[in-house]
Amino acid sequence: MNPTSRLLLLIGPLLLFLAAAYLVPFLGVMRWSVTLPEPGLGQYRAALGDPLVLSVFARTLRICAIVTVLSVTMAYVITLLWVRGNPAQRTVVELCILIPFWISVLTRAFGWLALLSNKGLINGWLEALGVLSEPLTLVRNEFGVIVGMTHYLIPFAVFPLASSMRTVDERVLMAARGMGASRMRIFWQIFVPMTKPGILGAALVVFVFALGFFVTPAILGGGRSVMVAELIYLRIFQSPNWGLGAAISVILMVGVGLLLALLMRQVRQGGAR
Amino acid sequence: MTVLRPGPLAVALAALVAVFLLMPLVAVIPVSFTPTRYLSVPEGELSLRHYRALIENPAWASGAWLSIRIGIVASLVATGLALLFSLGIWMMQPRFAGLLMGIALLPMVAPPVVSALTLYFFLISLSKVNGFIAYDTWAGVAMAHAIMIAPFAVVLITVALSQVDRRIDLAARSMGAGLWTRIFRVILPNIRFGILTAFFLTFVLSWEEIGVTLFITSVNAVTLPRLMWMGLRDNIDPAIAAISVVLMTIVVLVVLTRTAIERRRGQDRG
Repeated sequence: MNPTSRLLLLIGPLLLFLAAAYLVPFLGVMRWSVTLPEPGLGQYRAALGDPLVLSVFARTLRICAIVTVLSVTMAYVITLLWVRGNPAQRTVVELCILIPFWISVLTRAFGWLALLSNKGLINGWLEALGVLSEPLTLVRNEFGVIVGMTHYLIPFAVFPLASSMRTVDERVLMAARGMGASRMRIFWQIFVPMTKPGILGAALVVFVFALGFFVTPAILGGGRSVMVAELIYLRIFQSPNWGLGAAISVILMVGVGLLLALLMRQVRQGGAR
Repeated sequence: MTVLRPGPLAVALAALVAVFLLMPLVAVIPVSFTPTRYLSVPEGELSLRHYRALIENPAWASGAWLSIRIGIVASLVATGLALLFSLGIWMMQPRFAGLLMGIALLPMVAPPVVSALTLYFFLISLSKVNGFIAYDTWAGVAMAHAIMIAPFAVVLITVALSQVDRRIDLAARSMGAGLWTRIFRVILPNIRFGILTAFFLTFVLSWEEIGVTLFITSVNAVTLPRLMWMGLRDNIDPAIAAISVVLMTIVVLVVLTRTAIERRRGQDRG
């Protein structure tokens, strides 16, 4: 058996499977964006000229940006203790990260409903304390979506941050300490800049994931703060306009592709160092 | 060695984040004991009716059983194909390895809703020619899951392979070992832990999968997450809280056991 046929024997099955059951149908759906209802770029013009579509894109970008900042910040705080804390702190933090990570997105969204809904725990406490006369609306709006998505994405930001923090050279920090820098100064002027590749990597991962979110916004947004993924769903299934749905999908894919290219460059630069 | 430990401020902030992470999980527990039929916090009286509902309503058991079956088939297929693929890339180091890897990872990086649409239309067209791997059948769901989880298996197995010393494979080869001997006697024993991890992770991913499942099932292939989704969308059914508590208990037990085992291993090593 020659090397080429051996190679095909090994890598062929997965590639064939993916090509037949994913890649070809995928390209088929994407093609509708230039063929339905008539050939041409009409659907892209329609998508980019439709105020509803544009407002959904704007909302998606806004929510993703807020969620990225929140989840990377919170992940940074907790990863710091995971990587640099004492052994007991490390174990506790590890459990706090891993347990939510393995729990299904549905359970986590349900937990937020139980906390935030009108008859939920938080409104119950606030009413019992006499702070409120009527419940705060905390879900079925953008607030609920942001909270739920941030909660879901924190563990995904933790992993790139942790690997970046582990590469920080301890001797640099000791040298700064020896020269009399305060702890705050060491953190802000040395530690944070040295972990910048990790911060950027985590932000890109979170942003890419957030862009395509469907389940959490559908449950916690209650149909009121529609994001791109839900809009695609609506255009394909509820008020069928397959061409428009496909065009929006292509725009989303292009955005994700560009961000991933940026991420790959980031990873390669990090690896080269 | 870590000289500078995080100070009290850093610990306090991390504790706040930890509370944020655990809060929604803990909140599910009291709700699951509510005596009412709607989402509420029990006041005084606790009830096990929603746990009883899990046992009495056969939909839950059949959903869980379906999810287990689909998970096992999908992760076996995904791990098997991913193993062959990763071995091929590692052993042959073909040109365009990056491109081939990119194709294999596509379902992982594409937005789930786009993958869901793709698989929906593909399964609909398969339904016209057969009734087995089709829309709203268990085999159709297993195929779709295998596609979605295969990239994760590729990543894990490739990482495991990257830690194998190439020289042992070269040594085997120079002593005349054929392709299959190299794979089965030399490489596989070195990455067996990575393969097991890949199988376990892909099983869990399939077991929890909802983004794609939502689109490709309706009334026949109702997996456990699909059943939970139905209870979450319209009137929120507190039985979701009960099943969530059951699932969370399993996760907590597994994670705690794993942590305990790892700590003991760490101590053994010194």
